[in-house]
Amino acid sequence: MTAVAPGLSPSVEALRAAFGSAVLRSAVSCGDSIVWVDRDRAHEVLAWLKNTPGQEFNYLTDITAVDYRDPGQPLEVSYQLRSLGRKVDLRVKVPLDKAKPLTVDSVFDLWRGADWLEREVFDMFGVTFAGHPDLRRILMWDTYAEGHPLRKDFPLRGNFTRAEQTRQALAANPEAHYSMEELSIADAFNELPDDMKRRLLEGQRGELR
Amino acid sequence: MSTRTVEMALATPGLDDRGRPSRLPLGVGTAVDDDLGAEHMLVNIGPQHPATHGVLRLVLELEGETVKRCIPHIGYLHSGFEKLGEYRHYNQIVPLTDRTDYLSPMANNVCLALAAEKLMGIEITERCQVLRVIACEMSRVISHLVWLGTTGIDLGAFTPFLWSFYQRERIYNLQEAWTGARLTTSLTRIGGMMADVPDGWEAGLRDFTATFTKTLDEVDTMFTRNSIWCGRTQGVGVLTADEAINYSLSGPMLRASGVDYDVRKDRPYLGYETYDFDVPVGEHGDIYDRYRVRLEEMYQSNRILEQALDRLARLKGAPLNTDDHRVILPPKGRAMSDMEAMIHHFKQVMEGVPAPAGEAYLGVENPKGELGYYFVADGTAKPVRWRIRPPSFINLACLPKLCEGALLSDVIAINASVDIVMGEIDR
Repeated sequence: MTAVAPGLSPSVEALRAAFGSAVLRSAVSCGDSIVWVDRDRAHEVLAWLKNTPGQEFNYLTDITAVDYRDPGQPLEVSYQLRSLGRKVDLRVKVPLDKAKPLTVDSVFDLWRGADWLEREVFDMFGVTFAGHPDLRRILMWDTYAEGHPLRKDFPLRGNFTRAEQTRQALAANPEAHYSMEELSIADAFNELPDDMKRRLLEGQRGELR
Repeated sequence: MSTRTVEMALATPGLDDRGRPSRLPLGVGTAVDDDLGAEHMLVNIGPQHPATHGVLRLVLELEGETVKRCIPHIGYLHSGFEKLGEYRHYNQIVPLTDRTDYLSPMANNVCLALAAEKLMGIEITERCQVLRVIACEMSRVISHLVWLGTTGIDLGAFTPFLWSFYQRERIYNLQEAWTGARLTTSLTRIGGMMADVPDGWEAGLRDFTATFTKTLDEVDTMFTRNSIWCGRTQGVGVLTADEAINYSLSGPMLRASGVDYDVRKDRPYLGYETYDFDVPVGEHGDIYDRYRVRLEEMYQSNRILEQALDRLARLKGAPLNTDDHRVILPPKGRAMSDMEAMIHHFKQVMEGVPAPAGEAYLGVENPKGELGYYFVADGTAKPVRWRIRPPSFINLACLPKLCEGALLSDVIAINASVDIVMGEIDR
């Protein structure tokens, strides 16, 4: 575990010196340096990598997650970082134990580019990013109830039958296409028929009455 | 009640102190209805709207004609490509990539093959590299031509649309001759290409590179110093360099803001470091600079294409596919006559090519920005995870920021300047 693999990014050693046991392990795969860090200090580590002179990972290339086929393995949130000035990459992975709530601190305050990327991971894997200002589904619709599509326990064709999927799609109400926040613009909400208003207030969206 | 003060009369805009056409100050008007002035209006654009370039839906909060807030809604074209990829062999993923960024399918194919080759540790031949460079640059040209034409239409210029689509059609014909398809090219395979270029094809591309820039010159004449074009694009949708980096933008969006970052130069792949080309970088970060960057990129792509054609002529007869028999099918003649070769063919098609356990991320400079494919493998023939780093998706995420405070009509121009393709955003 502690042996430095050939080609490992020097940033990993610097991380070990600065964060000690929060750096769980590191590896090189296909020339990419990967470092696994503890969930509780992930935000701290990423902020350090971004702001420390000599590291300067100022560009967040990607945030994604990996759910392994072995159900006992933790789900990993993966941050692909890049230093535009130094032209080096580093992948930081945060393992999340599936028996506990899948939560990690949002990096929205470090990189605004994390906004939609974290929303997508939330949508597709159900990982909650604590501190994200607007964490809601992005590719699937708000009332999507089948689960998180990229989890390995999610079947390829979805959790519901095709008949149920069709029924729900046909039953979707027009007002379900607007969030409450959007309907509050321009007093649009007040102009809705009373039964629509009631359904919205009760949170019954996307269902045929 | 209205909060606005009506003092100035409508006037024809003149030139400001920098010589650019000045824009009407907001809130100018003589007969504003009180009912409309005070309250904010909700405007829904899309998902079925020609100016949103696909099934993008924008919910706008307007105060008068000024955008207070822009809330994009995406996902209407979600096809679950990443999930589908987990159920397919590496070579079977290639057709999925055609359908993500469907304006540059060949570049996506190339990126997929490169990422899978990085994962499996496969070297490709020089001729294959040259053909892949040609595929990437042809894709850049057609993607930018679509951008140029449709953005011109969005801003009221119809003629350049016809010019650019005519040129695009010439590349599509070449693409069709090479791959047999205009859109679903599926050009690459792990370790090589699906097909070599047909006889005489190079002459067609040479003809294109020799005459194509004339159209760019014409567009340059039409747009670059056109006062309407300048007035609608200069100073609109501005993003500074720091903001562009912070928003993780890539491609022309990043470079128009003055960040000199191009994957082809900074993390070279396919031997791009051996080609002679320049990377245009803007300085204002507005729509106009994005236009200038993309226009210049087409000239540069043309230069790369010419150099690649010279190399291709030099490599005539050189092997196309790698000789690594793990990944490349035996020649058809041998598969039909030799038992061993036939078994090999059968096993490779039915069982796929296993990749060693590990993971690899590879980014390439696609027309829209940095396209990255991230594979996680566990030793089987199907990936555990196939992640697309979608440039359009990440570039579009800054749209609310760009639209804030802009006019409603500018929203159309700003959205066009981001150069999105919904197939890739929704995946």
